[in-house]
Amino acid sequence: MKTRSLILLLVLGLMLAACGPQATSEPAMPEAPANPTLILATTTSTQDSGLLDVIVPMFQNQTGYTVQTVAVGTGAALAMAQEGNADVLLVHAPASEIPLMESGDCKDRMLVMHNDFVIVGSPADPADIQGLEVAVDAFAMIAEAEAAFISRGDDSGTNKKELSIWTDTDSDPNTNKPAWYVESGQGMGATLVIASEKQAYTLTDRATYLANQENLDLEILVEGDAVLLNVYHVMTVNPEKWPETNYDGALAFANFMTNADTQSVIGEFGVDEFGQPLFFPDADKTDADLGL
Amino acid sequence: MVFDAEVFQITVLSLQISALATGLSLFIGLPLGTLLALGKFPGRSFLLSMVNTGMGLPPVVVGLFVAMMLWRSGPLGDLKLIYTPTAIIIAQVIISFPVVTGLTAAALQALDPRLRLQLYGLGASLVQMIWMLWKEARLPLLAALMAGFGSVISEVGASMMVGGNIRYQTRVLTTAIVLETGKGNFDIAIALGILLLTITFLINWALTWIQQRSAR
Repeated sequence: MKTRSLILLLVLGLMLAACGPQATSEPAMPEAPANPTLILATTTSTQDSGLLDVIVPMFQNQTGYTVQTVAVGTGAALAMAQEGNADVLLVHAPASEIPLMESGDCKDRMLVMHNDFVIVGSPADPADIQGLEVAVDAFAMIAEAEAAFISRGDDSGTNKKELSIWTDTDSDPNTNKPAWYVESGQGMGATLVIASEKQAYTLTDRATYLANQENLDLEILVEGDAVLLNVYHVMTVNPEKWPETNYDGALAFANFMTNADTQSVIGEFGVDEFGQPLFFPDADKTDADLGL
Repeated sequence: MVFDAEVFQITVLSLQISALATGLSLFIGLPLGTLLALGKFPGRSFLLSMVNTGMGLPPVVVGLFVAMMLWRSGPLGDLKLIYTPTAIIIAQVIISFPVVTGLTAAALQALDPRLRLQLYGLGASLVQMIWMLWKEARLPLLAALMAGFGSVISEVGASMMVGGNIRYQTRVLTTAIVLETGKGNFDIAIALGILLLTITFLINWALTWIQQRSAR
């Protein structure tokens, strides 16, 4: 009797083992390149917007590379490049990216796209910032009203932008960490959920906000300030400094992100669902055009 | 939604990884636990206390340690195992084999010591004796198996760190739940949670049934 149940277990086990990876998207692929695995370190904001779920399969189908997209904060992504733990980066913290080019950790850096940050908050808007045109002023009013504000607190691109705006006010909460200034330490999606639950203000990129809008009880209160521009670059890790990296794959990805077809896909992403694009393709421009 | 192809793929991957990890930790833990229970050698009780401490290892710490080993910058980086299901299996084996080992040792030590003497007296070889002891202790040993499986099917910290939650490659049920929660899709997260609980329940139901039949 017990043998029968053991045999049954064994059969079930074999059936389970026989279930190979089925739902992976692999239609007729071109022949795989010599080193097909590519580690793409990107930010949680980029991942949460859903753009990569469209772009990465396109790249995989066109080139035969298998991309391991690891969405960590910008800080972690840059640190991965500095240890040679990634092949290519897609990040949005220009001020922190330049040192990596200077140190020789990264080789190529190409402008890909931009979107913008917006200040969101509860519809009740206790600090009365709706419609303000200058982000620094809005932050100053939040500090004065001691209204709840959720910071990413994770060294991400969004976090760095937020901190740079605070330093331009007279009341930077990072000097004394008052109770109304909350650091979530998490990605943008999770931080937006916290802000919605606490009916607090936060700085978010427009893409993640729109992608999660239906689950949130927050409204866009301040937008359009030039300082709120959020610029994305793709950077390849330098094979001269980090010989283990897949430079061919990294360069292929960088070129893919900046070619005309991909750029138009980027420009159309989100239009059907949200009525407006989430990202604006910029591969034909220079950093100077965007004020960097 | 439950029969969505991607959810199916995630579920199958979770089961493959955790079943393999549990199997491997049984392969390591059963003999090791037997050795610790029946053997007499210097350092035995020290090893036993290490194993018992291992039962409480925080999975996320195990994940961090294994990730540091498997990153390109780490000593085992050349194996290119980071962000693969194999990496998750390695981490899960480290998490579950102390559970299986410790509970096996306790199960065997709980047996009547006169049983061993009796088996020796009847002329059993070492292999025969160990087999008889295992059969005698099959109830707590099956419990050890269920505990080992439970410790890995439910963990998320190690899977996140060494697997990276990469879509179609290393996304498992637990990491998918974290992702959906972070996006605010609570309904999907709860549905995945119920799916995970149901599967774990079904597996443990089958194992319990086997265990209780042996109780006759």
